[in-house]
Amino acid sequence: MKKSLLLVGLIAGVMTVNAEQKLVMDGSTTVGPIAKAFAEYYMRENPGVNITVSESGSGNGAKALLNGSCDIANLSRDLKDAEKAAMKEKGVEPCKHVVAFDALPVIVHPSNRVKGLTIDQVRDIYTGKITNWKEVGGSDRKIVVISRDTNSGTFETFMHLVMGEDAKIKESAEYTGSNGAVRQRVQMTKGAIGYAGLGFVDRSVKPLSINGIEPSADTVVDKTYPLARELYMFTKGTPAKGSLVEKFLDLMKTEKGEEIVEEIGFVPLGAK
Amino acid sequence: MQNKRSLEVILNDCNNVITLSSRDQMVRRLLSLLGRGVLFSITSVAALAVLAIIYFIAKDAIPFFQQVGLKEFFFTKSWYPTGEPAQFGAAAIFVGSFLITGAAVIIAVPPGVFAAFCMSDVLSFNVRQFMKPVIEMLAAIPSVVYGFFALVVLAPLLQNHGGSTLAMVWWILALPILLLGSYVAGDLLTPEKLSHTAVRACRIVITVVLMTLSLLLIRSVGTLLLGLEISSGVNALNASVILGVMALPTIVSVSEDALQAAGRELREGSYALGATRAETIIKVVLPASISGIFSAVLLGVMRALGETMVVWMASGNAAQVPKPWYNLLEPVRTLTATIAGDMGEADQMTGSAHYHVLFAMALCLLIFSFSCNLIGEWIVNRQRKRLRGE
Repeated sequence: MKKSLLLVGLIAGVMTVNAEQKLVMDGSTTVGPIAKAFAEYYMRENPGVNITVSESGSGNGAKALLNGSCDIANLSRDLKDAEKAAMKEKGVEPCKHVVAFDALPVIVHPSNRVKGLTIDQVRDIYTGKITNWKEVGGSDRKIVVISRDTNSGTFETFMHLVMGEDAKIKESAEYTGSNGAVRQRVQMTKGAIGYAGLGFVDRSVKPLSINGIEPSADTVVDKTYPLARELYMFTKGTPAKGSLVEKFLDLMKTEKGEEIVEEIGFVPLGAK
Repeated sequence: MQNKRSLEVILNDCNNVITLSSRDQMVRRLLSLLGRGVLFSITSVAALAVLAIIYFIAKDAIPFFQQVGLKEFFFTKSWYPTGEPAQFGAAAIFVGSFLITGAAVIIAVPPGVFAAFCMSDVLSFNVRQFMKPVIEMLAAIPSVVYGFFALVVLAPLLQNHGGSTLAMVWWILALPILLLGSYVAGDLLTPEKLSHTAVRACRIVITVVLMTLSLLLIRSVGTLLLGLEISSGVNALNASVILGVMALPTIVSVSEDALQAAGRELREGSYALGATRAETIIKVVLPASISGIFSAVLLGVMRALGETMVVWMASGNAAQVPKPWYNLLEPVRTLTATIAGDMGEADQMTGSAHYHVLFAMALCLLIFSFSCNLIGEWIVNRQRKRLRGE
């Protein structure tokens, strides 16, 4: 009897220790890599801390924060009014932390002759007004329009920055579930056009200049590149002094944190 | 002597049972009741789960029909659930689902049924013992692995060498099938009431004509396919091919069981009457097991209709009706992929119609699979009655 009591006590003890040192993050696939790199670094520096990072999209991240299944929600867009209202209703006070800047490069296949587009041209391509690359100075090839799924913050940002209020993406546009999948589709498809976070653009795809400005750290920081955005981590209320959440979020203001952000391909806050 | 003793023991035991006190009897009866109750409730968990699923899906689906209405959902094809104002025309998505499922079934059923025949009536026992688990292993591969294959291998292949790949597949499949078919057709079409030499000559002429025609057909279709330009490799065809492969083990396994169930007596009777193996398979075994094969096909349909991950990754998810509607080379969107892809955003807190529309889709899927199931049951029952001679 005594033994089993002791065992129960022990298990409870272990569980509380774990609970103290556990941090759960969920949300955007764009912010995910930053969160993961931060988590890796933080766990290496502080053994005994367990940080899990899920990437289920910004919408799911906000939902997870609301129903308490995560401590930090990674969002690649600001909270929507409906989400804010729902949080208010449940008594959750969201606290916004800017993690980094991101540009939304429009990418095409490396063999594409087109060097740049205007925002209006990008919009016309996505609404289906322009369907062939020769209409914008490329070779005679059908444009394959690729978009992120409606669940992603990248999609929301694209809609907000490029499409505006009324324009609709054409019916034949393809939807893919992650930034990596967009890059994968674009690098494989000669006529493709897509968009993804800056960190996902590598040599396998070609980023286009928008309104004559190349997407880069400099153009994002001086706000000349038109398709740029801030990336966020949301917490429930202002994190308490000395809590794990606060210590973790402080990391991004340090030099090491900015180094990590830059390494992944985003633009750190300090660059401003 | 020993027998006598054991008999005594048994009798003693019997006496013990018979002379149970009424209290013991009560306890035993209660225990038996309890046991039955537990078993019954375990069995009913499955049935209750089905009912609960129907209830909860319908509960969340009905508000959508009240808010938006059946007409927009079923008969318009503008799918902009996050637009302002939101539009919930799912006609294109229904078309996409049925197109992909139909194509997958067309791709999977003939090879599946042929493989089943091969395993039950052609291959030796040892080879079959080896082949069946290998084919069933296809079912063990996780669907995301299939999806990855579709995205990384099949999509680039279709995009870069789509025309030549399709033409090659067409040649490989059509050449033996059509030539064999014309040979058999030549045999069947020849009138029997002629003299021996006339029959032979007639058969040769018909066969040669048919073979020439099919060669011409193969060549012209092959050239047509060779010239095809596929602009995007993630399309209905890609998803259908993968779904077909995924449905294959179900179809093979269930039809093979059905063919086995036709029984040895039937086959031996047929052979004893002088029938060849082909005649036995086509005229005896096939009619006897047709209902089992049909349920195999229905299971394959349900597998293809309900699959999510592969279509999400391989079909392109464009909410459009292809032009023309049977064009498999354009991206389409299915019900399952829409539910999976939109569920995160379409939370109750962000636009409830978008949330409920996904349940409306789930309800439709549920109704389809139920009707498939019911039709299957009905056909199997009818067949059973017919075999019993009623």
